[in-house]
Amino acid sequence: MLKKISKIPFKGTPEQEAKLRKVIDECKHDKSLLMHVMQQAQQIYDYLPFEVQVMIADGMDIPLEKVYGVSTFYAQFALSPKGKYKVSVCLGTACYVKGSQEILDRICERLEVEPDECTPDGVFSVEACRCIGACGLAPVMMVNDEVYGKITADDVDGILDKYME
Amino acid sequence: MYRSHVLVCGGTGCTSSNSAAIIEALEKEIEAKGLSDEIKVIRTGCFGLCALGPIMIVYPEGCFYSQVQVEDVPEIVEEHLLKGRMVKRLLYDETVHAGDAIKSLNETNFYKKQKRVALRNCGVIDPENIDEYIAYDGYQALAKCLTEYTPEQVIDIVKRSGLRGRGGGGFPTGRKWELAAMNKADQKYVVCNADEGDPGAFMDRSVLEGDPHCIVEAMAICGYAVGATEGYVYVRAEYPIAVKRLQKAIVDARAYGLLGNDLFGSGFDFDLHVRLGAGAFVCGEETALMTSIEGNRGEPRPRPPYPAVKGLFGKPTTENNVETFANVPQIILNGPEYFSSMGTEKSKGTKVFALGGKINNTGLVEIPMGTTLREIIEEIGGGIPNGKKFKAAQTGGPSGGCIPADLIDTPIDYDNLTAIGCMMGSGGLIVMDEDNCMVDIAKFFLDFTVDESCGKCSPCRIGTKRMREILEKITSGKGTLEDIDKLEELAHYIKENSLCGLGQTAPNPVLSTLKFFRDEYIAHVVDKRCPAGVCKALLNYYIDPDKCIGCGLCARACPVGAISGSIKSPHVIDVMKCIKCGACMDKCKKIKAISKR
Repeated sequence: MLKKISKIPFKGTPEQEAKLRKVIDECKHDKSLLMHVMQQAQQIYDYLPFEVQVMIADGMDIPLEKVYGVSTFYAQFALSPKGKYKVSVCLGTACYVKGSQEILDRICERLEVEPDECTPDGVFSVEACRCIGACGLAPVMMVNDEVYGKITADDVDGILDKYME
Repeated sequence: MYRSHVLVCGGTGCTSSNSAAIIEALEKEIEAKGLSDEIKVIRTGCFGLCALGPIMIVYPEGCFYSQVQVEDVPEIVEEHLLKGRMVKRLLYDETVHAGDAIKSLNETNFYKKQKRVALRNCGVIDPENIDEYIAYDGYQALAKCLTEYTPEQVIDIVKRSGLRGRGGGGFPTGRKWELAAMNKADQKYVVCNADEGDPGAFMDRSVLEGDPHCIVEAMAICGYAVGATEGYVYVRAEYPIAVKRLQKAIVDARAYGLLGNDLFGSGFDFDLHVRLGAGAFVCGEETALMTSIEGNRGEPRPRPPYPAVKGLFGKPTTENNVETFANVPQIILNGPEYFSSMGTEKSKGTKVFALGGKINNTGLVEIPMGTTLREIIEEIGGGIPNGKKFKAAQTGGPSGGCIPADLIDTPIDYDNLTAIGCMMGSGGLIVMDEDNCMVDIAKFFLDFTVDESCGKCSPCRIGTKRMREILEKITSGKGTLEDIDKLEELAHYIKENSLCGLGQTAPNPVLSTLKFFRDEYIAHVVDKRCPAGVCKALLNYYIDPDKCIGCGLCARACPVGAISGSIKSPHVIDVMKCIKCGACMDKCKKIKAISKR
């Protein structure tokens, strides 16, 4: 899977680092917990910048190359920061046959971004996601944890308007 | 004692349509009316009829309220719970008899033909309450195994039941357990595959959300049978509710002594760990899943050695998927004959399907093997919306194929599906109507596999990319007849030469659409036409002169000036100039004079 790697400078706080160190200390006895540590790190930082991967590699005593390998293998790990509002459109089969591609296109058009990108002001990021399992509501889009089901491309503007600042 | 129980669905589907807020409002309202001691609100797992969510059932009457909104809650509490009068406007109309009496849910078309084994507790118990599970015979099967049967007897029972793996391949479960049991080792593992990656499938999620303890119990039974003391559940991180409930189930089971050391005083130890996936489809393949649990890139390993010999952390491992495990306690409790009495000759028991796409009753259904597709779609599924015509059903997701309309009477079981080039898969069943283009669907699945190919072996990594390129060529109107032959040849090559299940099955969507819908491919290539009107590059916009009122909105919206005509007379589109942006059609929403064809 190709991933977009962020060029935005890393802005981690000491609190975040302390949290991450604590997770690493709890898990470093078992190297198979690498993915768990990375998932926690992503919760702390919202994405996995290079600097964080170095901390994990050093702390867990795992080669950085392997940490990077894992981070690029799994879709869940983000290498570029997400927007304040994460807009995701389900492209699972059930949503796709009901026209979710059109919804994604409309969102990208409106926000002037490509999928997996963030608007320059950092407010919205857009992604196509895998089935979220709400197939009964197909087609589905999500803004952060808010789910919008049974929508059409025409509903997109109204939904996004709610989050416009 | 409560005089009334209100069950509200807390599955992902209904939670997404706000059932959590309904529960909150309900509890508040019940308290305000002073009914807290009389009425109990329970958040259950999925009832199955997701299309009508959020769903609420009030017992003892068995009132099935559908599409309940938060605003409806005060009325339900006031009228129904306080005064005992049902709120008729919210009742699911299929459950209402002519004389206003209520029909049992089991008599409705949606539930009538279903037989719930794996889903028996979903929508019945509170999944977060271990006592409710125990009250429904929970952990009795484990107790029976540990106190009455030897491990060999347990394996024998599972073998005689005829249970086959529900995750895709359909390997006999008892045989799998036997192979792992035969290998001697200081440590063995049981793994539950809950990495349900097939887009459009949510069976395993619903079981974990609705009945997590049954997986805990079944894994302990499996551990006893094969001689493993540790188990891992590998579950998708995209399923937060399922993860939370499973984790709570494990903690509660430990507290009750149902996990840990010396279970039921038998000397058998068993404990479980949960590992979260991170969004890689290939991790649903058993060896890749184990590599991922070990903390690596989830790449599959060549087999042999099979996991039963050398699996997780190099130890003998038994891996089954969620639905397979969910059947086990019932088989132990009711005997193998109970299970083998359902289904067809070689496919026993029931199968859960996630019914989605162009169908009225989207949701979760569990049917005996051998039920025909027609029964599923027309009776249980309630047919196709908007009076459209059924075109095909897709099973098995990116690894499966299509069942076309003329095979709608095929009884669904492992062997029948394989025979028509389809596969059972994990149980996603997506219904498509005449508006879906089969070439586009094949391309959709190829997009998925190209994205998810792990890159380890070249037939899959490179081959699927080339296949997608050819499909792109065809859907953009640049394909030739030779491309179709090339596509087919490549598909067979990838099928035969890939390392793991993902690569070996990746060409299936193409092969199956080529088999049943070759004419559609030919229409794209020869006539440069998309019969379903999906492939954008092949469409022409057209103004119906009988409908056009000549308002001129479309002409003004057209960015390239391709529309001409004088006011109040029909306009025409110059197809040579048209860039197919669709702006004109958007403007003509009221009159609907513009169509794609």
